[in-house]
Amino acid sequence: MSLAPAPLTLFDKIWKPHVVMQRDDGQSLLYVDRHLVQDGSAPAFEMLRQRGLGVRRSDLAFATPDHYVPTGSRVLADIADAEKRAMAQALQDDSAAAGIRFFGLDDERQGIVHVVGPEQGLSLPGAVIVCGDSHTATHGALGALAFGIGASEVAHVLATQTLWQRKPRTLRVVIDGRLPEGVSAKDIILGVIAKVGAAGGTGHVVEYAGEAIRALSMEGRMTVCNMSIEAGARAGLVAPDDTTFEWLAGRPHAPHGAAWDTALARWRGLPGDEGAVFDKEVRLNADDIAPMVTWGNSPEDALPITGRVPDPADAPSAERRDALQRTLAYMGLEPGQSLTALSVDRVFIGSCTNGRIEDLRSAAAVARGRRVADGVEAWVVPGSGLVKRQAEAEGLDAVFRAAGFQWRHAGCSMCLGTNGDQVAAGQRCASTSNRNFVGRQGPGSRTHLMSPAMAAAAAVTGRLADVRALPSAS
Amino acid sequence: MQAFSQVEAVAAPLARANIDTDQIVPALYLQKPRSDNFGHYLFHDVRHDALGQRRPDFVLNAAAYAGARILVAGHNFGCGSSREHAVWALHDGGFRAVIAPSFGDIFQANALKNGLLPVRLPEPVVEELLAALLAAPGTQLRVDLEALVVTGPHGRTEPFAIDPFARHCLLEGLDEIDYTLTQRARIEEFERHHAPQ
Repeated sequence: MSLAPAPLTLFDKIWKPHVVMQRDDGQSLLYVDRHLVQDGSAPAFEMLRQRGLGVRRSDLAFATPDHYVPTGSRVLADIADAEKRAMAQALQDDSAAAGIRFFGLDDERQGIVHVVGPEQGLSLPGAVIVCGDSHTATHGALGALAFGIGASEVAHVLATQTLWQRKPRTLRVVIDGRLPEGVSAKDIILGVIAKVGAAGGTGHVVEYAGEAIRALSMEGRMTVCNMSIEAGARAGLVAPDDTTFEWLAGRPHAPHGAAWDTALARWRGLPGDEGAVFDKEVRLNADDIAPMVTWGNSPEDALPITGRVPDPADAPSAERRDALQRTLAYMGLEPGQSLTALSVDRVFIGSCTNGRIEDLRSAAAVARGRRVADGVEAWVVPGSGLVKRQAEAEGLDAVFRAAGFQWRHAGCSMCLGTNGDQVAAGQRCASTSNRNFVGRQGPGSRTHLMSPAMAAAAAVTGRLADVRALPSAS
Repeated sequence: MQAFSQVEAVAAPLARANIDTDQIVPALYLQKPRSDNFGHYLFHDVRHDALGQRRPDFVLNAAAYAGARILVAGHNFGCGSSREHAVWALHDGGFRAVIAPSFGDIFQANALKNGLLPVRLPEPVVEELLAALLAAPGTQLRVDLEALVVTGPHGRTEPFAIDPFARHCLLEGLDEIDYTLTQRARIEEFERHHAPQ
């Protein structure tokens, strides 16, 4: 019998040192290192006020408005709806009252909280990070345990800096091989969700591993982790490596000098031990992944762009047939229709999934020298003010504008339309966001999820298109 | 939190899988204050047509379910967004329990903090329940958190499991923040040794 300690996963190595106490019934009180706060948080602050409680560790919280901010200007008054405007204002007021650092609309560092956290070095390897938003999984790309919580849990973290959690199970998703040309991180995660299903990761934390994940940039890893929740998993992680450390070095809130060296030594010990056991494992080969698009109202409804709309007649059960018919009616699709036959009205490039500089570069490479098709309204919404500035320094805004795209300010925008940026009923939208739910981009909106390059290809052709097969730009 | 021990009431069958929280309450209503009756926004866009008229084919619009307090649905109920408003909408709409084969993790956590009981039953059992409810609209079910049993039509009982801590909090109507604050000394002790990452 070996006396060596059991090999640990990356998740185990983050979980254990954050357990404040454990109850006999299996609940652990988990310490939160970083609480990211956005402008949907007014109800949580209200819960604290009703109890007469203050914020326990305002130094560990950080706030920026993203859901309710205008993207046509930086003037809050441009949000016509007073209640929506009040949400963004409330975050500013609540942050000021509690002494929480806040990046507002007048600050270039404002942006989508899941873009800003990593960008500022607020999200670090080995940390426990929470935010009242399900796409908090994004920060797991840095090797942090990051997950979304509801308003009551936000209030709990504000009041106690802790959360009661039951230790989740672990799922390893291994992507072997190398991604073909024209295929990106977004295609990987859509491929994973299509394989495991929208509930395939429920109750689990996902660790993404394998050659294709190692080869991804930090931003690509964020895109993958971001959509873990679309496979049902509250958190997704990638083991930190030199890609992570090089990306983090020098960021404003990352450790500096001797503190960096100490942190780096600790972070290098985070990757899972050889032989660590996962509760479940799924493998995909990157070589087999094609550019993906969704056709239905669940992210699991994803197919290669070369595919066809499923036929309800082929459904395995009456219930599934009914569901398919309902989806096809909502999406305005015909059974067996080629996906590339679908014309689009709107294109949205942005969101916490694909609003980073590499995403904009990839879309601009397709837009360069081409024109947005007649009748298509195409938007580019950078994920943060700093992403916007970087894109402008590289001349990407000029590329987009010359092609006929609108170049806007940072925010969540049309991903969910809380600020009024919506897709109209019946309109079809090629979108780099994360959810194609019924009504997600506005009542009656029809969303097709895809990568930034594929969304740009849809903009310039006016239909869902295979970016690998675009005719040369003029 | 409102305590929960049991509910015996009409159950509404919503035989759909992957009902996301965007459907339960559309983003259009997330800026509304908690003092609003979120029941008005429950399933708003699925329940109404583009003109704001109630769709006759949506189950909750049927008169038989006007007093429903239990919802039975397909797997992965409450997936997607972390919006607690989805739970508020069900709660304010009169629901005290949702029965499904599985739930979105965040929805489940949110539900337990608002006195709404998520009950997980095996998929075949849920399918039978849905069929029975659809065959006889207005059928009552009984959900007993004390005994951890759902009693269906014809007195058939189905046991269910739930996290013991969540059960305790629900039965007592215990507020989690109040409870955690009783552990303040342990948090302070932890903070003395833990360097935030």
